[in-house]
Amino acid sequence: MGAIFRREMNAFFTSPIAYVYFAVFNVFAGIFFFSYCIAAGTTDMSGIFINMFTILLFLIPVLTMKLLSEERKQKTDQCLLTSPVSLTGIVLGKYFAALCVFAISLITFLVYALVISAYAPLNWTVIAGNIVGLFLLGAAFISIGLFISGLTENQILAVIGTFVVLMLIFFSYLFVDSINNTLIKKIITAISFQSRYEKFTTGVFSITGMLFFVSVAVIFNFLAIRTLERRRWA
Amino acid sequence: MIEVKNLSKHYGEKKAVDDISFTIEDGIILGFLGPNGAGKSTTMNILTGYISATDGEVLINGANILEEPQKAKAQIGYLPEMPPLYMDMTVKEYLDFIFDLKKCKLVREQHIGKICELVKITDVYDRIIKNLSKGYKQRVGIAQALINNPPIIILDEPTVGLDPKQIVEIKNLIKHLGQKRTVILSSHILSEIQAVCDKVIIINKGKVAANDTAENISKAISSDHKLIVSVEGPKDDILKCIKGIKGVVSVEAGIEKEPKVFEYTIETEDKADIRRELFRRLSEKKWAILSLGTTELTLEDIFLKITMGEGIEIPTLKETPEAPANDNETKADVMEEQKSETADEEKTDGGDE
Repeated sequence: MGAIFRREMNAFFTSPIAYVYFAVFNVFAGIFFFSYCIAAGTTDMSGIFINMFTILLFLIPVLTMKLLSEERKQKTDQCLLTSPVSLTGIVLGKYFAALCVFAISLITFLVYALVISAYAPLNWTVIAGNIVGLFLLGAAFISIGLFISGLTENQILAVIGTFVVLMLIFFSYLFVDSINNTLIKKIITAISFQSRYEKFTTGVFSITGMLFFVSVAVIFNFLAIRTLERRRWA
Repeated sequence: MIEVKNLSKHYGEKKAVDDISFTIEDGIILGFLGPNGAGKSTTMNILTGYISATDGEVLINGANILEEPQKAKAQIGYLPEMPPLYMDMTVKEYLDFIFDLKKCKLVREQHIGKICELVKITDVYDRIIKNLSKGYKQRVGIAQALINNPPIIILDEPTVGLDPKQIVEIKNLIKHLGQKRTVILSSHILSEIQAVCDKVIIINKGKVAANDTAENISKAISSDHKLIVSVEGPKDDILKCIKGIKGVVSVEAGIEKEPKVFEYTIETEDKADIRRELFRRLSEKKWAILSLGTTELTLEDIFLKITMGEGIEIPTLKETPEAPANDNETKADVMEEQKSETADEEKTDGGDE
């Protein structure tokens, strides 16, 4: 797993992907920081984190699109699958590499918090809760992207597929109130990412929310492993 | 040792590999032959654990590739048909990655350095793989298969797309590797397999059509027992003389190669060796034998005969007779004949399309 993690980290930083991701992430984080903190003259950073949900819908697919699809297209999966490494090791190596790049991008918020704290007292627990919430949300999104990347050998299909799935998750909850069917309403609420993430942004460290995101990550990593296994039997 | 037992792989209705079994002993170079789509690469992919078989099992030195995949895979170095290279890495980074991936415990710099020298990639060690020539990429592919000194090396068409000089170099490298390891090699260049391999497995339509040394297969597949002899002297008398030898079924005089020198094709009974008697009788009459050979088949002939022919069965050889002398001209004739048959069939196929 370690070798694959290092290889993926290297691939992120020797290709434009990580830099494009960091640039776009920071542009939006900067806009939100200016709008919700600097211009509004407040130390409450919740506004930034609420809006970062939407930004992750666009950015996470870029981070995960080539993780498994490119291996298949370039036939480098032959090297991985014939090496003495387990399928779990292969998938988790890639997953943690993407998660690591994502985690690095969250440092930006610590910098913003430090800037604010230079001028006014700051509630660090709330900031930490927000960052952990965003990290968990990203961890769940990345696992979904990784799974979809394993379904195709086309990067473009992987990025669009992940984006569509994440948008469905987003919009289904957005319009949940206009749905009349109680069962569908219950299901959408039960699998809602926003309702759980919003708790973190209001300063509540939700254990159930954390368990939900971790569970999603575990399930989709497991599915990605099964996808690789299934391909061997196809 | 590699043991393959009743291996099958089905893609829907198509049987890519159909109930094949064979054993590969340690320390030999084995050639894997077969036309496109015969099931060679599928078999190799199953042997290396890249894909799973529909039925049957593969044991790599006793380790089942499905039940103990890591133990089995640790003993194999695999170069697929398309080298599995990360184009964005340098050769150094790539080999370092493979070193870690294979959990190699050897001294890193020393081990990788040795392999680079062996496959002659030291001069491109710091270059990005994307910018390397096809030949160098192939060598880097071989280098990754050699990391961690696996006892079994599987090379799927290692010389495809290389120039003649590179082919010779890779061929020598394979010979070198075969001194200490088991090497399984698939190639379409049959002369290459014949020159390098100790044994040959021919796969046709998903089944093992032949499994022996090229020489033994050649002997087993030759249904006729013919000698070609060029003799200087009166044609009719010579024909009469040869016909009188015990074991001769028929004799025919061919073209006059030189003044008074004719080529005679002698068909003999099964296992009858008339060469000594033939020499004695002709020399008694002072008719000079200018050449003597058998209609031995080349690997190319065998390959074509098995893959083009229908229902040819390879009989089991109980004993290996002495290697007969070669007659290049006879070989060339047979090859030409086989090639023209192939060309005819290809034309027919093309016509159908």
